[in-house]
Amino acid sequence: MKLLQDRVGWITGASRGIGKATALEAGRLGARLILLARTRQGLEETAVEIEKEGGVRPYIVVCDVADEASLKAAFREVHEYTKRLDFLVNNAGILRDAVIGMISSKQISEVLQTNLISLIQIMQFAARIMMVAKSGSIVNVASVIGRSGNEGQVVYGASKAGVIGATKSAARELAPQGIRVNAVSPGVIATSMIANIPEAKMVELLHTIKMGRLGQAEEVAKVICLLASEYTSYVTGQVVGVDGGMWL
Amino acid sequence: MQGDKLTISESELKLRRAFANGLEISEESVNETLQYASTPGWDSVAHMALIASLDSMFDIMLDTDDVLDLSSYPNAREILRKYGVQF
Repeated sequence: MKLLQDRVGWITGASRGIGKATALEAGRLGARLILLARTRQGLEETAVEIEKEGGVRPYIVVCDVADEASLKAAFREVHEYTKRLDFLVNNAGILRDAVIGMISSKQISEVLQTNLISLIQIMQFAARIMMVAKSGSIVNVASVIGRSGNEGQVVYGASKAGVIGATKSAARELAPQGIRVNAVSPGVIATSMIANIPEAKMVELLHTIKMGRLGQAEEVAKVICLLASEYTSYVTGQVVGVDGGMWL
Repeated sequence: MQGDKLTISESELKLRRAFANGLEISEESVNETLQYASTPGWDSVAHMALIASLDSMFDIMLDTDDVLDLSSYPNAREILRKYGVQF
């Protein structure tokens, strides 16, 4: 029996990076998935790859989580599609780097809405479905920046620190309902999100990683799938670093 | 009047069952006086279980505003009417 065999899971931000890697890994592990992202094309590509590897074709929901109306429509769509949800991976996120004096109100709103507010709203929705079965696992994707902070990432850092706080609070509230809530805290992962980091900054970053290399999205995906599974049935409220020893 | 029989609609029975499941009380204990934060056991955590139970029982998805407005048994009936449930 595979680790996530026939488990119904919802993954946001599933068209690329950690979200896509998680969808592929969960598909390999036998999960039946609902994938959400802003664009259909990326989701279709993920779905085709899952099918090619022998997984069940996922259900696709196109939604911009930063748009409340779009998010509400997505909730209705998911609710019509399934009345069961075994796990949720809250991964959708954006990065808008700027030093503190150069941050616009628009940037603050965009980042907090996408990375934190929608994450809480999606947890609310998922918890309502999970409560019926009195079981489920929610995995939120935080970041090492939410723990340590970083120059130029005041808003991003705040949003990810918020994810950690929301994770711990939700874990306390939902544990009596049989719902576990954990977070992963990736370090520097080789995805398109870090593509614009200047070379000198990257060298500096590598020096802070004890394992001396970047992480791969697949390495984060495996930890997420473990937390989503029953192998971690007594784990809740935890923030698991997947950062090669960057945060010790 | 003798011979007349009061019938309880299917929706009413479902509403009772949803309250019983959500608040973890017996169906016999469900009545018109149930009120959020006054009825023992109907706290904010139980409220979410009640909402999940109503969603599931009536195959709907209550909007957040309605989740926040739902504060008593009679009020739940009124809110459900907005979703096409007939009593």
